[in-house]
Amino acid sequence: MEGIGFIIAAALIFGLVTLALLLWSFASSQYDDLDGDAVRILLDEEDGPGS
Amino acid sequence: MGALTLSLAQPKHADDLSRHVRRDADCERFEVAVTGARCAGCIAKIEKGVTALPGIASARLNLSTGKLLVQGQDIAPQAVLRRLHDLGYQARPFEAAETLTAEDAEGRFLLRCLAVSGLGTVLAMGLTDAVWYSSDMAPTLRQTFFWLAAGVTVPATLYAGQPFFRSALKGLKARSANMDLPISLAVLLALGLSLYQVAHQAAHTYFDAAVMLVFLLLVGRYLDYRLRDKARGAARHLLALQSLLVRRLGPQDMVETVSARDIAVGDRVLVAGGERVPVNGVLEGETDLDVSLVTGEVLPQAASQGMTAMAGSIVSGAPVVIRATARVEDSLVADLARLLEAGQQSRNQYVRLADRAARLYVPAVFILSALVLGGWLAAGASLSVAVTSAITVLIITCPCALGLAVPAVQVVATGRLFRRGVFVKSGDALERLAEVDMAVLDKTGTLTLGMPVLRNADDLPPGLLDRAARIARASSHPYAKALAAAAGPGPVAQGVTEIAGQGLSCGDERLGNAAWIGAQGDSPLWYRDADGAAQGFDFSDVIRPAAPALIAAMKTRDIRAEMLTGDRADIAARIAGEAGISSWQSGVTPQQKAARMEALRAAGRKVLMVGDGINDAAALALAHVSIAPGNATDISQRAADMVLRGDDLSAIIEAVDVARRARRLVLENFVLAVAYNLTAIPLAALGMVTPLVAAATMAGSSLLVTLNALRLARG
Repeated sequence: MEGIGFIIAAALIFGLVTLALLLWSFASSQYDDLDGDAVRILLDEEDGPGS
Repeated sequence: MGALTLSLAQPKHADDLSRHVRRDADCERFEVAVTGARCAGCIAKIEKGVTALPGIASARLNLSTGKLLVQGQDIAPQAVLRRLHDLGYQARPFEAAETLTAEDAEGRFLLRCLAVSGLGTVLAMGLTDAVWYSSDMAPTLRQTFFWLAAGVTVPATLYAGQPFFRSALKGLKARSANMDLPISLAVLLALGLSLYQVAHQAAHTYFDAAVMLVFLLLVGRYLDYRLRDKARGAARHLLALQSLLVRRLGPQDMVETVSARDIAVGDRVLVAGGERVPVNGVLEGETDLDVSLVTGEVLPQAASQGMTAMAGSIVSGAPVVIRATARVEDSLVADLARLLEAGQQSRNQYVRLADRAARLYVPAVFILSALVLGGWLAAGASLSVAVTSAITVLIITCPCALGLAVPAVQVVATGRLFRRGVFVKSGDALERLAEVDMAVLDKTGTLTLGMPVLRNADDLPPGLLDRAARIARASSHPYAKALAAAAGPGPVAQGVTEIAGQGLSCGDERLGNAAWIGAQGDSPLWYRDADGAAQGFDFSDVIRPAAPALIAAMKTRDIRAEMLTGDRADIAARIAGEAGISSWQSGVTPQQKAARMEALRAAGRKVLMVGDGINDAAALALAHVSIAPGNATDISQRAADMVLRGDDLSAIIEAVDVARRARRLVLENFVLAVAYNLTAIPLAALGMVTPLVAAATMAGSSLLVTLNALRLARG
């Protein structure tokens, strides 16, 4: 039964981490220009995202 | 005049577009609507080109919206626009105030709620489903699972349910029940009941049902918001392209580019041929004015020094200086602002279909659960059983599917129209469009092309049109352009000079008005060849090829068509006849158009107004629902509920068809959702609803209405 406690704790922690990452990605405007992001990968620029 | 043309050719711009730049604490933001960017190459070219300008820290183009965000210190807006122009893209600045709206914040909030409730649903299902699967679970372990589920679900639901709670509260304050009231109640009661049951060691909880309900509803809301945001963005883009940059003459006739809104009374503004007069003003020279957007009259009119030019007129002759007599806001037709506001108010009173359904549904559900409570008590059950059953009824009748019934259809309908080039700006516009039984159309620019077309080409001596067109191609005057268009492609004459208010001369040949040519007749444009023989040209506005089909299509849909125009009666009669419209009025002022709308509304007609001119704006705002073509004036686009991307009239009929089908589907969805809930009510009233039944009912009915809505995407 200790296994269950471990699994539940892991599920909650992973869930919260996922949520935090999702909220961070919304806040940093990663979903604002899906068309643009799709073609930006074709650019040969050295600069990274958000620059 | 000589100095003036010189400064035009070599612009020494002292730019003042500062109103378009927003200043934050340590950085400036300037947003530009860019048209024509389609690929990765465009992005690289634009961002590199703009970033290379002095003072610019970064430039980022959003390909989805066509919005270029420029950030930096001491941005020179005009330099950015000029660079974009040089790169081959059309660019206009967004108004700084229009860049970040409350709607953006609302969209972000919905997305956050969606994420929170999504995760809450997954965890709650895992924690409560585990309980169902093993019935031999130890009571203490089950209890632990329930408390864990409560710990996840309660905060997640309370956070993610905010959009519904707020809307329900707003409805309550306005003393009207909307669909969010039963939704909020069901969610909160489900949470409360589950907590009570966990505390009393019961075997069932509704934690997963409560958070899943919120999640499903948020999916519908967010998709609905997103599509409308896309449509609004497209409409805003069209508007930005219309925004007027004008050339103000400073001291020593120095030209500076400013936003039209910055023009003050007494400023002198240079308006070149083909440009729109930004504000009411007195002409300082002679030119021709195209007033079709102001009055509906198509043929250009000669205007002399000292005459007043109305805002919205287009200078079709020589460049002219205008001394402003009013600011942009005050340049509108008198009373227009008041009429626009009145139109907005009458729209706000419109009760949406979902809210009408809620007014029936909410009391019915409350009465039902009160009956269940009374019934159990009368049957001698304990208070806790009676209350639990009554609450279960409230939860099971939660209009989850009803809440999805409208957004699901809206999303599909708006998306389909968006691809067709119809931008639906407000949420209830489609519902209003579905009710339309009459259409009022503007003539100039809506039913007609809105520009003069040569009429007597067949009566001309052979070769004459080609000779006249050689000269005409050198000018941008509407008559000259019409002549060139009639003659087709060909060479342009060398050494053509344009004399303001008179015409064009090239050697011994002349193309101009009758007096200047020395001819007698009614024709507005004459050609005199080297031998002195004169020939007149007649012009008229012509109907759009798609217009008769539009009117015929309206007739088959029981929509009565009427035409209102400010133009002369004989022209109106001809166009109405060609379009197949039997009822029309000519010589109508903007106020009369608005009054006609109010009269029709009072007579119970649901009117669709289609128009593009400044003279149509008030009528557009007052109509039951309104559509403006994409080339319409900015004030008309703002007043209209829907904006067409181009000027393809057949899109109007498609919009009407989609709106009507959407309405039928919404009603079908209501029936489906209510029927689904009805089957579950007896179970709930008898206290036989398990969380599994509740979850299945909810997911099943939501799936059903969503699938039904998707039918609109086909055909």
